[in-house]
Amino acid sequence: MFSNKYIFVYSTILVVVAASILSIAAVVLKPFQQKNQEVEKMQQLLSSVGIASETNNAEELYNKYFTEEYGVNSEGEIVSSYIDQKQTKGSERPFKADMKKELQKVKNNDRSASLPVFVCNKDGKKNYVVPVSGAGLWGGIWGYMAVDDDLSTVVGVNFGHKSETPGLGAEITTEKFQNQFKGKQVFEGSQVKLQVKKRADKQDKYQVDAISGATITSTGVSNMIKDCLGLYIKYFETIKTDSNGK
Amino acid sequence: MQEIINIFVKSIFIDNMVFAFFLGMCSYLAVSKTVKTSMGLGLAVAFVLIITVPVNYLINKYILAEGALVWLSDSFKDVDLSFLSYIFFIAVVAAIVQLVEMFIEKVSPSLYSQLGIFLPLIAVNCAILGASLFMQERDYANVGEVVSFAAGSGIGWLLAIVSLAAIREKIRYSHVPAPLKGLGITFIITGLMAIAFMSFLGIKL
Amino acid sequence: MANNLKLIKNPLSKENPITVQVLGICSALAVTAQLKPAVVMALSVTVVVALSNVVVSLLRNTIPPRIRIIVQLVIVSMMVILVDQVLKAFVYEVSKQLSVFVGLIITNCIVMGRLEAFAMSHKPGVSFLDGIGNGLGYAFILITMGFIRELFGSGTLWGCQIIPQALYNIGYENNGLMIMPPMALIIVGIIIWVHRSRNKDLCEK
Repeated sequence: MFSNKYIFVYSTILVVVAASILSIAAVVLKPFQQKNQEVEKMQQLLSSVGIASETNNAEELYNKYFTEEYGVNSEGEIVSSYIDQKQTKGSERPFKADMKKELQKVKNNDRSASLPVFVCNKDGKKNYVVPVSGAGLWGGIWGYMAVDDDLSTVVGVNFGHKSETPGLGAEITTEKFQNQFKGKQVFEGSQVKLQVKKRADKQDKYQVDAISGATITSTGVSNMIKDCLGLYIKYFETIKTDSNGK
Repeated sequence: MQEIINIFVKSIFIDNMVFAFFLGMCSYLAVSKTVKTSMGLGLAVAFVLIITVPVNYLINKYILAEGALVWLSDSFKDVDLSFLSYIFFIAVVAAIVQLVEMFIEKVSPSLYSQLGIFLPLIAVNCAILGASLFMQERDYANVGEVVSFAAGSGIGWLLAIVSLAAIREKIRYSHVPAPLKGLGITFIITGLMAIAFMSFLGIKL
Repeated sequence: MANNLKLIKNPLSKENPITVQVLGICSALAVTAQLKPAVVMALSVTVVVALSNVVVSLLRNTIPPRIRIIVQLVIVSMMVILVDQVLKAFVYEVSKQLSVFVGLIITNCIVMGRLEAFAMSHKPGVSFLDGIGNGLGYAFILITMGFIRELFGSGTLWGCQIIPQALYNIGYENNGLMIMPPMALIIVGIIIWVHRSRNKDLCEK
């Protein structure tokens, strides 16, 4: 009743029709999906400087507070900048950079690495937010860390994780853990000294208490801060010299 | 190397396909009446997983993911076909199951008579497609990690179905309330087993 | 008309896809820790079943029997990808929680089962009703479970606090186990128990 030729033509038509419907849908819906991802990133950035946001006002708040975005290379030079919603240097908007990929580039000594810095102007003060990315016990961990205009005092952090153990490693996303970072110091001289430590001394401005039972995740957070913030030392120094010179 | 062992152990005990993600539940409940048949199905699932997940990984890496087609030409840098991944993955699974079936039939008729009836069932087993989707979502770094994830998930599934079958063989001699008999009690047993598996959560490597 | 009503009513209880036909359990359990993802998942499955039922039923006389499973898979995957894209575009938060389980609708036995058993031999109109009915039957169980698990596990419903603070003050605690995977299995077991003790003819021997 159905010849081989019929089956062949039938399946070809089916595949072509299905593929074109899907492609149209993907193209039409893509802008909405990207928007969602951007809004999520903006919310995380806002949360790291302590501004609460909803999905519907995140973009507005972000544009209000985060007026400057820079991409810096490992020498501390600015390679791209995006100020007041306009690209002023370079061709890539730093907001679009993926920290994990940029870190990989730094590791491979790829000179095109461009590490993003987000500057938040809040209450007349500048907060510098840098993305961090590293490895926990089971998978990747990442986040944002905001420092004050002295470039060392932590204003706030926001962490995320892929597959840490619920109740143990996954606790890094809780406010209880993240609030501990507020007011701590990242740098001592030109060294990253802030660390997550078991039975930390709460008074010590360089120590944050680790999550009990999640040693590897806690060490992961500690290493992530050390590795990522360390890359910005040169850039932070140029800012300091600039502002002292003024 | 440590990473690979990590993933292997985690996918057997902690991220167990059945107890943590409920994947492959349909056949898990239907074929777990005796240890012997469940062993057969378990082996078949593990076998197909170890083949399909790495194949899907390569497809994802070189065809579907954003910028994956760069090896063809630089102008494909922005092409992102990941919206087609479901259709690709399921086609690969169906095709490989078919191939494996034909291959086993040719090479080892005795193995075929044991596994044969289970193979067609596997094409629509969500553990197989699920593993491919998890592979894509978790973004494993290299083929080694993917193979160890696939092997771990397969063994985990085998472990789950065989131990359930062993319990079900025994429970036939117990007095279970009539409405709970069969399906109901099987769910509750699986739940209790899952609680037991939760004790692996604290595992440290 | 009475027949059409039956198509919708039967799957809600006597022929419930989850508790009686044992189809589509895989995804049902994983997404029910909260009410919201459970509702979105239930809606997605209903849409996919109903629409693919209609499409397959429209094409039923043209599909060559030899490749019918593949044709059905392609149609189902297409629907699922569409649903997935729409979810990602408009309810991003929920789509992140559902993660791979949207993709797993493809291997959800409810969908394939209804296509094979009903749509291949019925007209589009009734197939659509059958799809809606089975989707609702599935939704009913999912929403019940989401309700129980979120209420007792987190003390909230749809993200809003339901259990008053006063109760916590006198020593009430959320049951953390409720939101863990094992409890999903046990709750299904209990739902089956209740359901079967009310409909004695469904009991297994």
